[in-house]
Amino acid sequence: MTEQRKAVALISGGLDSLLAAKVIQEQGIHVEGINFYTGFCVEGHTHAIRKKDQKKSKRNNALWVAEQLGIKLHIVDIVEEYKDIVFNPKHGYGANLNPCLDCKIFMVSKALDWIRKKGFDFIITGEVIGQRPMSQRKETMPVVSGESGAEDLLLRPLCAKNLPQTLPEREGWVARGGLYDFSGRSRKPQMALAAKFGFEDYAQPAGGCCFLTDAQYSVKLADLWRARGSKQYEMDDIMLLKVGRHLRPAPHYKVIIAREEGEGNFLQGYRKQFVSIKTISHAGPLALIDGEPGAADIELAARLVARYSQGRDADLVELEVMDREGTSRTLKVEPIKPHEIPQEWHI
Amino acid sequence: MSRVTLDARRLLCPMPVIRVQDKIATLAPGTVLEAICTDPGVMSDIPAWCRINGHKVIETRSDRAEYIVVIEVGEGE
Ligand code: SF4
Repeated sequence: MTEQRKAVALISGGLDSLLAAKVIQEQGIHVEGINFYTGFCVEGHTHAIRKKDQKKSKRNNALWVAEQLGIKLHIVDIVEEYKDIVFNPKHGYGANLNPCLDCKIFMVSKALDWIRKKGFDFIITGEVIGQRPMSQRKETMPVVSGESGAEDLLLRPLCAKNLPQTLPEREGWVARGGLYDFSGRSRKPQMALAAKFGFEDYAQPAGGCCFLTDAQYSVKLADLWRARGSKQYEMDDIMLLKVGRHLRPAPHYKVIIAREEGEGNFLQGYRKQFVSIKTISHAGPLALIDGEPGAADIELAARLVARYSQGRDADLVELEVMDREGTSRTLKVEPIKPHEIPQEWHI
Repeated sequence: MSRVTLDARRLLCPMPVIRVQDKIATLAPGTVLEAICTDPGVMSDIPAWCRINGHKVIETRSDRAEYIVVIEVGEGE
């Protein structure tokens, strides 16, 4: 009996990784999925946080993909190790703070460690030549396989026919004839293949797999680094960048104001770590102050919060300011006028 | 039957799923794991993870702002 060969598929939750894994499964290979959690993944979070999204299904697309394929999914927390990739990407950033090429190399190298430990034979990804301007080009394909150390153990079923043969093909574990030659930005070949396999309702992420491809998010992250004087972040920082309106009236502090109830509930959990402000006299949002605000800064922050409350047109709004120790006091302030908020305060 | 509790409060998905996964890796089949979470997303994500990885969700319930998923560890690998 021939040996059952095993492959691990990098599952992002998007269509390409779903198809790549399916193509290899169809060839009789045992496939399991691996999904890396960097902290910036679009999955779940914002859906959980923002109330208006709560009616939408909160499914995790990577889990959904694994279920469609009937494969196991191993989710790996790489939050700490990933920081180095975000801080110092050897191959630089994409259009925003997305270090896609370094990220791919890193993930494939982690998958390589994994297959070695688990006794799997090769790695598959849903990469397609020319699909993404930075990380998925003809020239970057060998960079990913080479620098990750995976070399010819890395098979990209969707564009394999445009690339040199890999070990699984040479060994006859996988028939090259059953692989594809997709290239370019068009999504049509993937959609046709999805239809052939009967996949519907798959995720179609517009940008990439994570918040780092989001321009707005990257601006907030860059602002955080500037304000701190160095590139650093903790998990809480990157979560908070996804939530609320961020205004920075001065380099040493910024105000994070919830935009709706779900965000308010989320920020509530941070009241022991930040000075927080809540309206009392009117319905209004909860806000946190990130940084080291002085008394005048807190007053200005309170005026901003009042501006985003139901009392925006009132003469005075009463608010509660709570410090990190839980001691609170009240403040009465005049809501700031829109023209008093310089555009550059909005991050 | 042994019963283990996992505190995954304040974590956002997929972190609670990862915690459950890593905990289960250390538990014997048949053990009951109760995961206490605050992200409502766990109500779909943990059962989905259990279905594909061969574990059984015995109960899901929500108690004020907490979401509790009770799992019976399956045979695994
Ligand atoms: S979009 Fe994000 S997760 Fe995807 S390759 Fe780029 S940096 Fe990595």
